[in-house]
Amino acid sequence: MADEQRHIDTITGTATTGHEWDGLRELNTPLPRWWLWLFYATIVWAVGYWIIYPAWPLISNATQGAFGWHSRAAIETDIADLKAMRGPMVGKLADASVAQIIADPQLLDFARAQGRVAFADNCAPCHGSGGGGAKGYPNLNDDDWLWGGKLADIENTIRHGARTGDDKGHQGNMPAFGRDNILKANEISAVADYARSLSGLPAEKGADLALGKKVFAANCAACHGPDGKGNRELGAPNLTDKIWLYGPDKATIVQGIQNGRGGVMPNWQGRLDESTLKSLVVYVWTFGGGEK
Amino acid sequence: MNAHAATAMLSREPDLAKLVAAAEVGAPEPDDEIPLYAPRRKIYPQSTHGTFRRIKWAVLIVTLGIYYLLPFVRWDRGPNAPSQGVLIDFPNRRFYFFPIEIWPQEVYYLTGLLILAAITLFLMNAIAGRIWCGYLCPQTVWTDLFFAVERLIEGDRREHMLRDARKWTAATWARKGLKHFIWLMIAWWTGGAWVLYFADAPTLVKELATGEAPLIAYAWIGILTFTTYTLAGHMREQVCLYMCPWPRIQAALTDEYALNVTYRYDRGEPRSSVKKAEQLRAEGEPAGDCVDCLQCVHVCPTGVDIRQGASLGCIQCGLCIDACDNIMRKLGRPLRLIAYDTDMNVKLRETGKPPVFHLVRIRTALYAAVIAIAGGVMLYTLATRASEGISVIHDRNPMYVRLSDGALRNAYTIRIVNKQLKHRNFILDIDGLPSSRVEFVGLAERAAGTQLVDVGPDQTREVRVVVTDSSVEPLAPSTTVLFKLIDVDTGKAVEMRDHFFGPGG
Repeated sequence: MADEQRHIDTITGTATTGHEWDGLRELNTPLPRWWLWLFYATIVWAVGYWIIYPAWPLISNATQGAFGWHSRAAIETDIADLKAMRGPMVGKLADASVAQIIADPQLLDFARAQGRVAFADNCAPCHGSGGGGAKGYPNLNDDDWLWGGKLADIENTIRHGARTGDDKGHQGNMPAFGRDNILKANEISAVADYARSLSGLPAEKGADLALGKKVFAANCAACHGPDGKGNRELGAPNLTDKIWLYGPDKATIVQGIQNGRGGVMPNWQGRLDESTLKSLVVYVWTFGGGEK
Repeated sequence: MNAHAATAMLSREPDLAKLVAAAEVGAPEPDDEIPLYAPRRKIYPQSTHGTFRRIKWAVLIVTLGIYYLLPFVRWDRGPNAPSQGVLIDFPNRRFYFFPIEIWPQEVYYLTGLLILAAITLFLMNAIAGRIWCGYLCPQTVWTDLFFAVERLIEGDRREHMLRDARKWTAATWARKGLKHFIWLMIAWWTGGAWVLYFADAPTLVKELATGEAPLIAYAWIGILTFTTYTLAGHMREQVCLYMCPWPRIQAALTDEYALNVTYRYDRGEPRSSVKKAEQLRAEGEPAGDCVDCLQCVHVCPTGVDIRQGASLGCIQCGLCIDACDNIMRKLGRPLRLIAYDTDMNVKLRETGKPPVFHLVRIRTALYAAVIAIAGGVMLYTLATRASEGISVIHDRNPMYVRLSDGALRNAYTIRIVNKQLKHRNFILDIDGLPSSRVEFVGLAERAAGTQLVDVGPDQTREVRVVVTDSSVEPLAPSTTVLFKLIDVDTGKAVEMRDHFFGPGG
């Protein structure tokens, strides 16, 4: 720099850096020296990072840092802290009965918050993210329950499932009346029309409802009840309401009678911890369809 | 500056003359050297007295007094709220300012305050330039306080410069040590006062003293002790010259009518010594009032020579006005050779025309109007805000549910806000559906089929609500409904519009 010709810009009275490009010169507005030192200080600070944290890539791994800090370990610590923070409430949930949880506004809020997450992780694949259900998977928001909608019923279903082989779980299948040659095709058609008529759906033209009623009394009433109101002990749906698990159209009903039905609900006891199980019971019950 | 005059004046102190030559504004740089980094010129501002110094002392005492003492002011809000006048309660997410309580969702009041602060700053600037910088900026106020401590211990400008220039004795070191100790004490109190705004002040003081305060409190005191000590003790004018964005923004916002600390060169030039000026005047020759005494430069906290015109370093504190007035008074010349004035007026006086002062002009009127409107809107909303609130979120999945008897049901998550400092009971009603029933899920029924929601003092409560409609006629795919939240005791209601969905026709 020193060998450059000193040049003062006439308009601003400021010295230029001495460089010239096509007649343009750069004004030299010097930075304070402390700024320069601050800049060097940040470089020194950066060296501290190399020493303390994993930094330099080597051939098969990287430098590990002076204190063994690791991002995975940091996350594990965070999770442990979170668990410790939630510990007292989780403990209360595990100790309380579901009825006690419902009665305590604070526990209810906590259980619903925990239940929402657990539901999304475990239940939503079949029942839908808001418990809206799908064909063959019950809607948990309505007031129709295959195995009962009281707190104790829901708890039992979640803990032990249905048709899983769990001793305390729900059992009972819809037989395959057609495939196993119990009923003939015309009988199946007639009983399907009769089943539709139970909830007020219109019958097909030329339907033999009298035959249907006879077939129903002989084959179906054992589980679904003589008036078709179902049986929660056996998970036999109420056929007189407006809710159809698989659909109200005749083809679907015929298919069910022909091949049978038997959806499986997994048993969650043992897979989920106590507080999560109870949170799920409370969460499902408070969808709005829970029975008292 | 006139380096010769300065050297002559200081000839009795050769050390000082050399020092001043290097330190003063406009000192010639070494030839042919083009530095990319400028060395710091140490500034030894001289004390002065006068109108503006008195204003600065008053502002300093009032602002620092408010800052240090405000957390201790009590304000009784009853048993369900803290009794501190000004409190930023992070754990409970509340801000208290005497009778006003702000919830996090009311952060727009903060936005409003920021708008008011910005426009007020612009208005101050349009009237009298950077008076914020000169009188009210925390950097100025604390630096001023630190200057006062420095002068008390190390002496005023000349004494301090001499001590620094001569060989340092034990006494010099002792003085420096004492100064830095007092600076650190002030900085420590500054950090200490800061944390008191975030917790109950008397309790926190006790906890701090007994070592029981949370770590975060000590950490913040440490951080603010460091920043106060560094910025007010060491960085000083460097903050204004290099770090602060306001001088740059300010330059783009000013106009020719804004008052600035101005050297009236029409009166001051040509400069000469006192005797020479008297002689010239006796002969009827032109002689300026400026006698090149450099008092204006010596008192300047940022080392500006105001006689060179408007500058980025000038913070408009007016200390040079006081310094110059004191000299003019001794010389029997008119005061305000340096004054809050405009360059335009100086030029007008040069041509014999009267000066103009337009404090009320479109710019200032508009700023004042914006302040009045923003302030008015804020006051109005603050005065009329409801002490209860409701927000409604419709379930996203499923949108609606068909019940076994064919009725339709929609579910909502409702959050009820109670801003009063007492328990309140609410009932919920719905308008817009032909045959509907509203039900809180999981709440015990009370009083003849009506469900009450109890919301605690100064709290919110989230409840799940199902609305069932058993109309015979099919509903439209979407029906607008109106939720009404009614306070059982007062009958006061708040409403929220939402929708009720169904399969349609």
